[in-house]
Amino acid sequence: MNKKLLSFPYAVWAFVFILIPLGMIFFYGLTDKTGAFTLENVTAISSPGHLKALALSVGLSFLSTLLCLLFAYPLAYILSHLKGGGMGIIIALFILPMWMNSLLRTLAWQTILEKTGVLNSLLSLAHLPPLQIINTPYAIILGMVYNFLPFMILPIYNSLTKIDPNVVSAAYDLGADTFQVFLRVILPLSGSGIISGITMVFVPALTTFVISTLLGGSKILLIGNVIEQEFTQANNWYLGSGLSMVLMVFIIINMVVSAIFDRDGEGSIV
Amino acid sequence: MEKELITLSHISKAFGAQPVLDDLTLHIRENEFVTLLGPSGCGKTTTLRILGGFETPDAGQVIFDGKDITNLPPNKRQLNTVFQKYALFTHLDVAENIAFGLKVKKKDNAYIQSKIDYALNLVGLKGFEHRMPDSLSGGQQQRIAIARAIVNEPKVLLLDEPLGALDLKLRQDMQYELIRLKNELGITFVYVTHDQEEALTMSDTIVVMNQGYIQQIGTPEDIYNEPVNAFVADFIGDSNIMDGIFVQDKLVEILGVKFNCVDMGFGKNKPVDVVIRPEDVELISLDKEGSASSEEGLTGVVTDVIFKGVHYEMCVMANGFEWIVHSTTMFPVDTKVKITVHPYNIQIMNKPESEDEEAVSIDE
Repeated sequence: MNKKLLSFPYAVWAFVFILIPLGMIFFYGLTDKTGAFTLENVTAISSPGHLKALALSVGLSFLSTLLCLLFAYPLAYILSHLKGGGMGIIIALFILPMWMNSLLRTLAWQTILEKTGVLNSLLSLAHLPPLQIINTPYAIILGMVYNFLPFMILPIYNSLTKIDPNVVSAAYDLGADTFQVFLRVILPLSGSGIISGITMVFVPALTTFVISTLLGGSKILLIGNVIEQEFTQANNWYLGSGLSMVLMVFIIINMVVSAIFDRDGEGSIV
Repeated sequence: MEKELITLSHISKAFGAQPVLDDLTLHIRENEFVTLLGPSGCGKTTTLRILGGFETPDAGQVIFDGKDITNLPPNKRQLNTVFQKYALFTHLDVAENIAFGLKVKKKDNAYIQSKIDYALNLVGLKGFEHRMPDSLSGGQQQRIAIARAIVNEPKVLLLDEPLGALDLKLRQDMQYELIRLKNELGITFVYVTHDQEEALTMSDTIVVMNQGYIQQIGTPEDIYNEPVNAFVADFIGDSNIMDGIFVQDKLVEILGVKFNCVDMGFGKNKPVDVVIRPEDVELISLDKEGSASSEEGLTGVVTDVIFKGVHYEMCVMANGFEWIVHSTTMFPVDTKVKITVHPYNIQIMNKPESEDEEAVSIDE
């Protein structure tokens, strides 16, 4: 049977659900209401309000990615050294939340962080002052880290388990101490996992509007919220598409950088 | 004789409930090529890992150059390991791999560069400095692994089945190369393998191990010609191993026929193991007219002939035992033959004094 024939359903899928929407984004992004070509929708990013939202998005995504990396690496390292039956259970514990709707999980955080929420009730029980976390950038970072942590753990875990234990032994054998072994062997050999993890956390964090809407309140606008509002509230598809294209540039830069570093293709999505 | 460099003293090691080494004692001299030989699971690799510092023995001591190093971590030991499947750093090029040990010891760049040049020259891979390990063949990777170890000027090089992943021709080339390297470097090699031919080719001393015990220590010639028990005889080369009865000094009964031998002191009418190497069995055809007419002694029938290049390998059924015989003369299948063995080539061994013996006799 012709192999090209087998790929036909996917080609249809890709055309209808990937190429056409992408083409529409480009079409709307580069035209105005009269249908004439314009770059205004793209250059609109330079307006102070949009720039502020973009800068905040990039900043919060960067911080969240960094925090995810700091939490995920030691965890993935411990996981990769576990043996036997316990390992499956612990890995399942980290993957399990991914099976639940992220909207639902973010709503749960809303309940916990609210002014009269679970956290503050517990604090008042302990006679501690309440914490104002909801509707701050901290709440958004918390939501991002919580939602995207598994996407950082898994590629790092994968790359760590692929390291031949003999290579680590060889480094010790050649006189390296524990710190040198980590810095010169384990860290570089897990680099591809780190790069994949960064991509898989940074990209969804940069584009999210659900987390910022639910945990950031209406005052904190990320670029994702701005684009969403252009589509749903202002009904200005032209501006929404133009801003989306700007965001795409950031995502493409991120992916190109990962593709350069991630030569092993550790769960790469490029 | 060179002075003693390493002593493994009464080493025991178990993984969980599984004992791997039991009260193992071994002396290794300076500039010696020692091979730990045995089937998988015999404890040879564990012994090497204890030497390298990757395992700590449950009991016993490792003495190196007069100092107790039993609990010294691997990075503090004056020995280097060449690992099975090379274990090269895939993120570093050849030069960086070789320089690894020197860099962590903070040697200066000029020294490191001279060492890289020296080592690449020694293993015949000059000009490979900036190749990545993945782009090298198995044999080349093995040479880099050796180069990476020797630039640290270890007193002992530990090699864990380093040729196991190479094809036959390359393996034979590397055997000669390892011998050359050892002679050039003038250091001690401790080599682990399950390949008896490799062991016989390269070693000064062979340590035959089985189930955590040393079975025999000796030169390749000793091990081959004078195996101390049936296990060693069976493991090293092909052998005919039979139950025999030591009738009296210089006389042993094999398969109901008495043979002259040279051994003495095994008692009278005592059950023993008898080992005869296939190349030591002589066949005389009884089919040809005018050939040795006497039908006395052990006679049998050729059941199988395989041409092996240098010699023929034949199976001869005689008194219920299938003999393996190597000979440059071919006897066709179904030839009736008389089996003779020179007394000097009959190796008599005491039966092991364990429950194994009973198990064997019940099986029969």
